[in-house]
Formats: sequence, C-alpha cells, structure tokens
Amino acid sequence: MAASFQVDVVAADRMVWTGQAVEIIAVTTDGEVGILAGHIPLIATLAPGSAEIMTDDGRREVVAVEGGFLSVGVDRTAIISPYAQLASELSVDQAQKDLREVQAAMDDGDNSIETLRRYHRATAQVKAATRNNHD
Amino acid sequence: MVASLRELRERNRSVSATQKITRAMELVAASRIAKAQQAAEASLPYTQELNHAVQAVVGHTDLRHPLLTETDQPRRSAVLILTSDRGLAGAYSSNVLRLAERLCQTLTDEGREYLPYVCGRKGITYYEFRRRPLAGSWDGFSDKPTYTQSDQVASALLDAFRKPYEDGGVDEIQVVYTRFVSMLSQETRVRRILPLEVIEDDGPHHADSMYEFEPSAEAVLDALLPLYVRNRVHFYLMQAAASELASKEKAMKSATDNAQQLIEDLTRLTNQARQAKITQEITEIVGGAAALSGAKTKME
Repeated sequence: MAASFQVDVVAADRMVWTGQAVEIIAVTTDGEVGILAGHIPLIATLAPGSAEIMTDDGRREVVAVEGGFLSVGVDRTAIISPYAQLASELSVDQAQKDLREVQAAMDDGDNSIETLRRYHRATAQVKAATRNNHD
Repeated sequence: MVASLRELRERNRSVSATQKITRAMELVAASRIAKAQQAAEASLPYTQELNHAVQAVVGHTDLRHPLLTETDQPRRSAVLILTSDRGLAGAYSSNVLRLAERLCQTLTDEGREYLPYVCGRKGITYYEFRRRPLAGSWDGFSDKPTYTQSDQVASALLDAFRKPYEDGGVDEIQVVYTRFVSMLSQETRVRRILPLEVIEDDGPHHADSMYEFEPSAEAVLDALLPLYVRNRVHFYLMQAAASELASKEKAMKSATDNAQQLIEDLTRLTNQARQAKITQEITEIVGGAAALSGAKTKME
C-alpha cells in the first residue's frame, strides 16, 4: 500500500477535513497536480474547482475550492481555501441553483469583483458536487 | 413624603420585571461569549496555515508588493471603526468612538485626510447624527461576524487601498477595535492593517525547507496577501465581537445587581409603609373606642 500523509483542509472559519491520505489531486492555476507522500515542499495557487483526496482507507473525498492554496510541507499537507467545503456537504441541485442565480446577476450587467467571486465559488461547488455523485 | 403603599408595590414590581430582563441578557451574553471563543479557535488553523505560507514566500522573494510598500508621506488614511449594533453594553461603543475621534484628530493635525469606514449601528448613527459622511458602513453582525461578512468589509478596504490617490484611494488603513484581553478586561486600540507588516517569527514550521512555488513566488504572494488581509479583518471583527459581548455581560450584571439593591430598598419602604398604616389603624380604633367609652361614662 502506498505511504500515507497527513492532510488538512482548512476554511477560514473551520477545519473542514483532516486525516491520512495517499494521494491528492488538485487543480492549480497551472494545471492538475497529483501529490503523493514525500512530494517536495510546494505552495501552489488553486484554481476554482474541486480537489480530490484519496484517503488511506480507500475512500475518496471531494472538496470544493474557490481559489486558495495547496501547501505541501515536509510533514503535512494543507488545502487552504477560505470557503472550502466537502462535496458530501453540498447538493448538486442547490449548487446549480446558486450558479444560475449568479449567472443571472452577471447577465444583468453586474460585474463586481464580489459577484465574480461568487461565480467562482458556485462553479467550484457544482463541479465538486457533480464529481462526488459520479462515484 | 412617603409614597403610598400601592405606589411602592407597583414600583417594586416594575423593578423586578426589569431585573428579570437584565439577568436574561446577562446569561445570553455569557453563553454567546463561549460561542465567540469557539469561533475564534475554529479559525486558528486557517490563520496558522496562512502565516506559514506567507513566511515561506517571504524567504524567497524580495518582498516588493503593493500591499507591503510603505509610502513615505501617506496623504489619505482609511479608518475602520468597529462598534456594536446595540447599546446596553456599557461604554463599549463610546470608548471605541472616542479613540477613533482622537485618531482622526491626529491624522488631521498631520495634514492627512481620513475616510471613516464603520461597522455597527451605534457608530453609524454617531456619524449620521453629526452629518459626517461615511466611506463605508456595515451593520447587523457586530456580535457574531462570519467570514463572509468580514470578507465584504475587507474587500471594500482593499479596493480603496488599490485605487490611486487621485481617484480617492488611500495609502494606509487603520482599524480601531476593542481587544479581548479577558472576560474582565478589554482594551480599545488602534492597529494598522495596510500596508502590511509581515511578522517573522520562528513558529513550529521552520522555513528551512525549500519550497517550490506554482506558478511563481510572486504570483503566490499576489494571491496570498489579500487572503492574509481578509483574515486580519476577520480577526479584528471577532475580537470586537467577543469584547462587545463581555462588556454587555458586565453591564447587564451590574444592572441586575443594582436592580436587586433597589428591590431590597423598596421592600423595606413598603414594609415600613404597611406597618405605619397598621399602626395608624390601631391608633384610630383605640382612639375611637376611648372616645366612645368616654361618652358613655359621661352619660351615666
């Protein structure tokens, strides 16, 4: 069995998930990366989307991230994203509804940074929730 | 003049009712502080990870970033003032406002402009009553700020900081808030939010490991610093919320104690008045009986 390593998923107001994992697949602004145990220390900016964690007991956790960081240290790895959420906490319908609302606001000419960020967050949640359902 | 017995009883009842309310508010505030502290603890891992990441990047770049560069001559400052939404918290909001006034005075004396940004209805009404314009105002979450709300406040501040001076931007952002030292002591203070001062301390994570950055150290710093600022703002708001609740608890506790004192005094007065009334009645009866028996003797 592959070596496992400590992973924390932290949002601004809580610890979303913590545990042992064998692999993380995340989408950085440069593209998809896979992290295995013993990866060199890395700090990467994440693109809005989902990150997957393969836990050491063979489960898969999908996390919705609307930006933030992947920080790989010597002894532990963290996914840092202010609004990180586990896909299992999300419902596809709700996420899609949010996305539609934001899109409607953007179609009405609302181009504020706030709306853009809400859009990123909604897209990330839809992606993560859909991905989680395709287990 | 001694008030009538009925009046005294009425007053006693009304004070008791008030005491019930203040006691309830005291208990509510106390339980909310516990929640505020839990929220503060829950956000600790995020803060640590951010600090850790910032320190890792700081070791790799020459730290030239708009959010870090100090201007020699700041011309305009934004002042974020954190007050409460509701009163009944002792001098909490007025202490903050007084310190803010002093800060603004200092800024004006130094020939700088300032833009007030206010959180909390108390502060907003203070400014509106004096017809002083606000650059930004938020209310409704002074006692339990969520990250989303702090985020909005921080976004407004970051926008102002990024704008050039000519377009109404600011060179510096200060915050006036109340630090939660303990349940018994809170301290109003002024802190600078921007430009950032990155504190380098050797925490549990040493920056000895060589990090790689994706896409680049500069890009990571670009994305990281705004998050850092937002987190600072959230931290100040949480501190202010805990302080507000602590002041409220203290204020309500003394109100309850005062009400208790009043009730005791009123009860004493009521008893006195009742005794006096009874004594008077007896005197009247005895007097009446004596008068009657006196008349009888005369007739015989």
